[in-house]
Amino acid sequence: MTPDPLAHGLSQEEYQRILEMLGREPTITELGIFSVMWSEHCSYKSSRVHLRTLPTTGTRVLQGPGENAGAVDIGDGFAAVFKIESHNHPSFIEPYQGAATGVGGIIRDIFTMGARPIALLNSLRFGPLEDPLVRRTFAGVVAGIAGYGNSIGIPTVGGEIGFDESYTGNPLVNVFCLGIARADEIIKGTASGAGNPVYYVGAKTGRDGIHGATMASAEFDDTSAEKRPAVQVGDPFMEKLLLEACLEVMKTDALVGIQDMGAAGLTCSTCEMGSRGGAGVEIDVSLVPQRETGMTPYEIMLSESQERMLLVVKRGREAEVERIFDKWDLHAVCIGHVTTDGRMRVKNHGDVVADIPNTALTDEAPVYRRPMAEPAYIAEAQRLDLASLGAPAAPGQVFQRLLASPSIASKRWVYRQYDHMVRTNTLVCPGMGAGVVRVKETTRALALSVDCNARFVYLDPHLGAQLAVAEAARNVACAGGQPIGATNCLNFGNPERPEIMWQFGEAVKGMGAACRALAIPITGGNVSLYNETDGRAVLPTPTIGIVGLIEDAATVAGRAFRTRGDAIVLLGENHDELGGSEYLTVMHGLVRGKPPALDLAREGALQTLLVRGIANGLIRSAHDCAEGGFAVTLAESCFDTGLGAEVDVAAVETAAPAFGDIATLFGESASRVIVSVGAARTAELVALANAHGITATAIGLVGGDRIRISIGGRSVIDTPLAEAERIWSTAIDAHFESRRAIA
Amino acid sequence: MKFAVVVFPGSNCDHDAYHAAKHVLGQDAEFVWHKETSLGGADAVILPGGFAHGDYLRTGAIARFSPIMAAVKRFAEEGGPVLGICNGFQVLLEAGMLPGAMLRNRSVKFQCEHVHISVEQTDTPFTVGCRRGQILRIPIAHGEGNYYAEPDVVDRLEKNRQVVFRYTTASGEATDEANPNGSVRNIAGLCNDARNVVGLMPHPERACELAVGSKDGLVLFESVTKFVMGSGVIFRGQSREDHPLAETVLQK
Repeated sequence: MTPDPLAHGLSQEEYQRILEMLGREPTITELGIFSVMWSEHCSYKSSRVHLRTLPTTGTRVLQGPGENAGAVDIGDGFAAVFKIESHNHPSFIEPYQGAATGVGGIIRDIFTMGARPIALLNSLRFGPLEDPLVRRTFAGVVAGIAGYGNSIGIPTVGGEIGFDESYTGNPLVNVFCLGIARADEIIKGTASGAGNPVYYVGAKTGRDGIHGATMASAEFDDTSAEKRPAVQVGDPFMEKLLLEACLEVMKTDALVGIQDMGAAGLTCSTCEMGSRGGAGVEIDVSLVPQRETGMTPYEIMLSESQERMLLVVKRGREAEVERIFDKWDLHAVCIGHVTTDGRMRVKNHGDVVADIPNTALTDEAPVYRRPMAEPAYIAEAQRLDLASLGAPAAPGQVFQRLLASPSIASKRWVYRQYDHMVRTNTLVCPGMGAGVVRVKETTRALALSVDCNARFVYLDPHLGAQLAVAEAARNVACAGGQPIGATNCLNFGNPERPEIMWQFGEAVKGMGAACRALAIPITGGNVSLYNETDGRAVLPTPTIGIVGLIEDAATVAGRAFRTRGDAIVLLGENHDELGGSEYLTVMHGLVRGKPPALDLAREGALQTLLVRGIANGLIRSAHDCAEGGFAVTLAESCFDTGLGAEVDVAAVETAAPAFGDIATLFGESASRVIVSVGAARTAELVALANAHGITATAIGLVGGDRIRISIGGRSVIDTPLAEAERIWSTAIDAHFESRRAIA
Repeated sequence: MKFAVVVFPGSNCDHDAYHAAKHVLGQDAEFVWHKETSLGGADAVILPGGFAHGDYLRTGAIARFSPIMAAVKRFAEEGGPVLGICNGFQVLLEAGMLPGAMLRNRSVKFQCEHVHISVEQTDTPFTVGCRRGQILRIPIAHGEGNYYAEPDVVDRLEKNRQVVFRYTTASGEATDEANPNGSVRNIAGLCNDARNVVGLMPHPERACELAVGSKDGLVLFESVTKFVMGSGVIFRGQSREDHPLAETVLQK
């Protein structure tokens, strides 16, 4: 093989830089190593300058960005360790394995930190379910997540799923994992101590996944299906063995550092561990356990075979560590040692095949300040003239159409396939609000939510990203959780296009501003660029995962009303805000208008009110108004309870008078929550809300077997609860019914 | 009393069974690694849920070769109470300690949800604390829980009153809609001839605290505690002290 930098995804300038750094031509193995470490996926070369602006510190932060995962203090000496990561490209090429190995990868990131993983969530985006190819991808992704998470025994406790044309050829699969560690026993991915042995453990290395990281750094086109060999195959049983064995090894103090082999495999783990520890690492690839014959050093270094770990062990403690891996029938092999020279030296049967300073691959990797330009579509798309849409449909009809929209409809078809109860910590099940898991070692619980309304981000990236943070934080607050940490997964198109880079830059700015205002540090995350097919980008989707701390696991709220006769109170205000709404998309096929306004100070006050009101038992249920607006939120508060509701709300003043009822019922104004409260304590709740500067309006009562909504005394929706619930709970199943008939 | 929770490398409900026995019930419990050959003087054995050896072949197919299974068999032959939950049930089937086999759910999907089961037999160590016909709301979480046995085997099971649990509606009717996975005659759990080995697909250990949605499963753990420790419990028509199983247990 002749080294060809362009075939390796490197630019001529980047290749020149390699020549200067090495002072010579790279070997083919070195070229491969540079190409993966300098790929967008590993180097964050386009995003880094923007990511640096995000808030990453706070009194609870134990580990910010830069390690395998972030960590925050949750009290009593324990830490929540969490991160979100994308597996978009592999999941399009091979949905089941792509999604499964995404789950495997994020789990390894968590236990690598010394944490026992206790919860998974996911944020998924697909094209419309009417498309058979989309249905296949959707079903495959869900089955892959289930197949891996269920086997390894980590519950999938929540998530979100959205649908839009733009994801048809490029679905998004973002997976979040949370683990619990003792705060003083967090393990780092560091290599240090000259002479300490470097161990390889886990699955054998094969030719699968070579250049996976480079694949994730390019757009899709009609040859993408040919890249199937770059997708790996997951083995959850092997991962389970690794998980248990590594946690056992970590209980000894024989370990110096550990890192999983994820993207860029052995290459990334070797140079990153050395770089973090300010040391060098020397390995011999001929010692690496191989599943195929005749593998070259290039292939071994770039393989992305799953379920493999690299460990640095204290010299003299080898036997102890090997004994633990033996117990789990894993073969730990010493493949090298730590050096003092800060270089990554790779040998093959003793011959040097690569010798590169670690920093050239990590800290000194290229960083680009790519040009940004506001896309032309923004000004046009923000203009919304409701009057031009003609007379709107009757509210009752819109209500039913929205309940059947897959973005709103029950996701039971999906989460029923996920084991969401294993480990017996799940206090709030999927579909009932933010996922809530108790932390058995303490009296506390954690509320978890992943969110992003990509339509809002598309229409106004800065505001849209703020709304995503606000929504995720509001969701954990609705369970009673004080938001204490966040992780982000930024899914965008091709960064080499100035319009995409502008979306990215604006979204990161907005996300940073919202997190600063709400005092939620971002402790890590992942960037996924080049989410395009044939030149068309996905909606910009900066997903955010937020962890909320519930001080007393006995006081947790869900979305569902609890008791007949309870008062229904709307916290926040309805405004004339249909821009970017589910209503416009479902009824008019439009992604248009300005997203709802957001007052971050008021949002913060609302969340404080929720946390306090739930902790003192005043608020019995809480559900955030999101897609579908007030009417859909009210309906969802009734579902799975057998309890109807009767409410009367004030009309919203609208620019287009014909749309008054529509805006009142289906507008998506931010910072609104429907709560229920014991009727006798309504005044107490209103007073508490007002003390927080939040408008609280008692609008009706829980009970009956219908959903009845009036605006200023005029009935606008009056639907049997059972009918509304049937529409909502069967809409997604209906797309798969023919499959079931065959089964 | 002491529970032994057997840990296969791919067990993943071992911690949950341990938590139920030790922290909810307040009894002693110990993990026993599958490569061990002794149950360490336990009074009751739990084979927990999970994917014992990855289960890429057939669920539970390899677990029967684990060294601990010889000890579990011996323990069962001596009349000791053994409970197989989900994968543990599948292991008991593969090990020949209970009759029948598991097929994939008729939905051909993994299913995790609460179901209702009725307790049909109260003379097993794990149901002595139940009322006959008692309805329990307990979760399932499996992809292969579609119980099958040849018709004559099922007939024999019915005749010998070995069907311990059946999937039913909330009001106790064993309808097809109440059957989550297609199990023959809605069978959710059974016992062996000697009635001391019980297997079921639903997860009682996940239903021991109201905080996680139900505590209907706790009665199985309370039952075996009563059986092992208590006196005066009626077992197979005999008082606790008179029963041959009692002797074995009391000797320990």
